[in-house]
Amino acid sequence: MCGVCGCGDDSQTTRKHVHVFAQPAPRVIQLELDILSKNNLFAAENRRQFQEQAVLALNLVSSPGSGKTTLLVETIQSLQADYAIAVIEGDQQTSCDAERIRATGVPAIQINTGKGCHLEADRIGQAWQNLQSCSPDMLFIENVGNLVCPSGFDLGEAHKVVILSVTEGEDKPLKYPDMFHAADLMLLNKIDLLPYLDFDVERCLAYARQVNPALQILLVSAKTAEGMPAWLDWIKRQRLELKPSVEVL
Amino acid sequence: MHELSLCEQVLELIQQQAGLQAFKQVKTVHLEIGKLSCVEAEAMRFCFDSVVAGSIAEGARLEIEQPEALGWCSACQQLMHIEQRFEVCAHCGHFPLEIRQGEQMRIKYLEVL
Repeated sequence: MCGVCGCGDDSQTTRKHVHVFAQPAPRVIQLELDILSKNNLFAAENRRQFQEQAVLALNLVSSPGSGKTTLLVETIQSLQADYAIAVIEGDQQTSCDAERIRATGVPAIQINTGKGCHLEADRIGQAWQNLQSCSPDMLFIENVGNLVCPSGFDLGEAHKVVILSVTEGEDKPLKYPDMFHAADLMLLNKIDLLPYLDFDVERCLAYARQVNPALQILLVSAKTAEGMPAWLDWIKRQRLELKPSVEVL
Repeated sequence: MHELSLCEQVLELIQQQAGLQAFKQVKTVHLEIGKLSCVEAEAMRFCFDSVVAGSIAEGARLEIEQPEALGWCSACQQLMHIEQRFEVCAHCGHFPLEIRQGEQMRIKYLEVL
């Protein structure tokens, strides 16, 4: 409606003044909504399902090339006789990693994130729908190799495990504090290469604890199996703690 | 570059609110992105326009407020500004500080028609 004459007609022939059509005033809607609230809802639903079904879900995060997939293959081969295992693989492109996992005989679903640099909880929920028929005891989620973005996206996992290899700088925990802060366990991988490098293990661990004083740390080599028993024990302990307590009469 | 998917999440929340609160156009999107939140405000601005193109938020002004990070020292009971997550208490050297502000990523308000 015209703000001057009240007419709704702006035809040129009868116009005696410039019609003014007032814009409605914008209104303010207070929201205070967490930007990640949708992801967090999906993550909470995933977590509820994992707990209900006593599935230990671990979210493995690291930079590209830290040896995550090799570590995971070795881990699966050591555990699969005693536990049903399923894997979700996240990469921007290709299904190479899922194929390496499937070669061990455990089911694996590859999620290609395309332009995305991390996995999100709704994609994990969809993949889980296809994996839960295998009734896994453990679900390993190998996130996209990236030390920044996956830290903020809860997937519903029981723990984030950050893997750092000794071929990277020992100051990675300080450079990427959010990821080391978000993790419950850090695996320092490829320790078989330490004799050939100038990597200062003590300094690296001090940096990691500076960012996250509660961080548990294990030194491993997926290649020589050094330190692997402690990592496997850690996984088994987490799985035991998950199981709903059974009352013995 | 998770700013792109954060912008997508912002748009999804806006579209959800449009249904709940009956608005047809968004004029302003006001975000609160804490200094410790691991998000680059510039990258958010860069992604925002292309993410909202063709939606009810097309052409909306993006405002980003970046609250300072605050840490609480449980030893000397003081609140202080911090720049990083792993700082020691500026008064007594205690570590770690409890983060009280600076991690938030929120849509604070919208201006809508």
